[in-house]
Amino acid sequence: MTTGIQLDGVSRKFGQIRAVDDLTIDVPQGSVAVLLGPNGAGKTTTVRLITGSLRPDAGSIRVFGLDPIADGQAVRQRCGVVPPKPALYDRLTGRNNLEYAAMIWDAPPEAIDEAAARFAIDDALHLKVAGYSTGMRTRLALARAVLHDPDILLLDEPTAGLDPESARAVLDLIRELAGSGRTVIMATHLLHEAEGIADQVILMGAGSARAAGHPLELAARYMKDPVVIIDAENRDSLKTLESRDGVLGTSWNGALHMTIESIEILPELVAGLVNDGVRLTRIEPMAATLEHLYFEMQRQLTEAAPPPEVAQQLPRNPKGSRTPPGPQ
Amino acid sequence: MRWGKVWTVARIDLHRLFISKDYWVPMVILGGIFFVFIPWVLLGVVTRPQSINIVQQIGEVLTSLPGAAGDVVQGETAQGRAAYSMAVFLLAPVAIVVPLTISSAVGAQAIVGERERGIGEFLAHSPLTIKEIYAGKLIASALPGYAATLGGFTVYAFIVNFRAGPVVGGWFFPTAGWWLLIFWVVPPFLLVALAIIVRLSARVQSTAAAQQAASLISLPIIMASYVASSGFVLNPTLAAAIVGSIAWVLAIWGIASGARAINRERLLGVGSGN
Repeated sequence: MTTGIQLDGVSRKFGQIRAVDDLTIDVPQGSVAVLLGPNGAGKTTTVRLITGSLRPDAGSIRVFGLDPIADGQAVRQRCGVVPPKPALYDRLTGRNNLEYAAMIWDAPPEAIDEAAARFAIDDALHLKVAGYSTGMRTRLALARAVLHDPDILLLDEPTAGLDPESARAVLDLIRELAGSGRTVIMATHLLHEAEGIADQVILMGAGSARAAGHPLELAARYMKDPVVIIDAENRDSLKTLESRDGVLGTSWNGALHMTIESIEILPELVAGLVNDGVRLTRIEPMAATLEHLYFEMQRQLTEAAPPPEVAQQLPRNPKGSRTPPGPQ
Repeated sequence: MRWGKVWTVARIDLHRLFISKDYWVPMVILGGIFFVFIPWVLLGVVTRPQSINIVQQIGEVLTSLPGAAGDVVQGETAQGRAAYSMAVFLLAPVAIVVPLTISSAVGAQAIVGERERGIGEFLAHSPLTIKEIYAGKLIASALPGYAATLGGFTVYAFIVNFRAGPVVGGWFFPTAGWWLLIFWVVPPFLLVALAIIVRLSARVQSTAAAQQAASLISLPIIMASYVASSGFVLNPTLAAAIVGSIAWVLAIWGIASGARAINRERLLGVGSGN
């Protein structure tokens, strides 16, 4: 894949606060990257840096080979952005909002109805945006973002404030847009949103990328030991599992969650339980969700993180940024 | 600069203003007070046969003016000369007060208002250049005030001629000085004020602060217009031409430096000074 968006050692401070600190990410053209992190992790600042709305204090940014500061007009012409608050003109109708955006981005007039229909907002275009629900506003903002058929979509918390049904609809639409070959960067702090969409998850914390990779790759890196959910008619009988060979640990969360060395030892463990007369009601290898992955990554990275004075002395990688500690 | 894009930015703001009754109703009332009500009442008072005292007082002021100034005032009778001087000189600053008041209200919100409504983010991520956004905002701020002035000026001309014409000796308004005032002096005065106000709008934290700052800017400009209008008594055409020329130079400088003071970070509300 061709490199679409590259940030290399990018930093940006606001006063004393480092919103983005030595951030290095690489989003190939036509892929979907999810910036995942808690509030204040630097996701919104990253989106703003990519469009050139913010100037980095250090580092370099390339968007399809262009510098967003020097070639800002060309970069922004290729971007469709949905900010955390949809940024719509409330006193105007939905159609007015799309018409003016079409004029600014030189989109053809027929694109207005196409985009509105695509996001199922066409029936409400004649209404003032002030009367729209949160879901309608988000759909209108999405329609506005794709009016000019952008190469890059930057979606900053696109489902914030939406009910689950609307959020699912929006995510389906994003999936559809991603499927049509656009480069998508979505910032979110909701883990489940990244699932099934992301080609790459970039875990952000304190303004930098703590880890990045395909969800499966990250799962393999951070969740090496399989977890099996197991339950029985007599739960006390499962207590013996902790002392068996190959079992690394257990915890209760509705059922017994058992971490084992390898999935290959599971038949033997089950056979042992059956021989002991345990009547099993559930055996289920747990699929690693992003949620598990996220918290496991956070745990491992926090445990492995050196104190700040040590971090300053970390060796720099060939690109000049410091290699984050943690399992590779 | 792509003027089509500039006009789009201006159109968005003008569209929002003119569908808001809470904006244009006070604007019409303000224009009505200054261009219709006050002239109608004052000229009515001066042209009444019973207003001997007022006419005498104005006459005394006129006779104390230097010779050239006295020659400018038309009218065969004391009443006619009083009505003429009131219509032409005393109410001239109104032409500055109205557009400034109307436009500064819009200009004060130009950037900070967008930021508060979250629209600044939309503009910051757009392919519009900062100069295009700034010029669009400036036009959208200036046009309502200037349009109100042009409309008010037309109505004012009819009122002056209707009320004072019979005592002055026929239709005499607009005078050459007033033509210059409306088309040569008012636009740069308005642009000077707006260049400063829009610039401040990018720097302050809230719309309320911007409104306060706009008042501070408008006041000295209104005072300057009063001072300038006294020059119009001596030689209206020359004074208007000189004042207008100086104001245009200041306006061009103000607009150029104002554009440099705005950037995308200020639209987002994260720039220095925010």
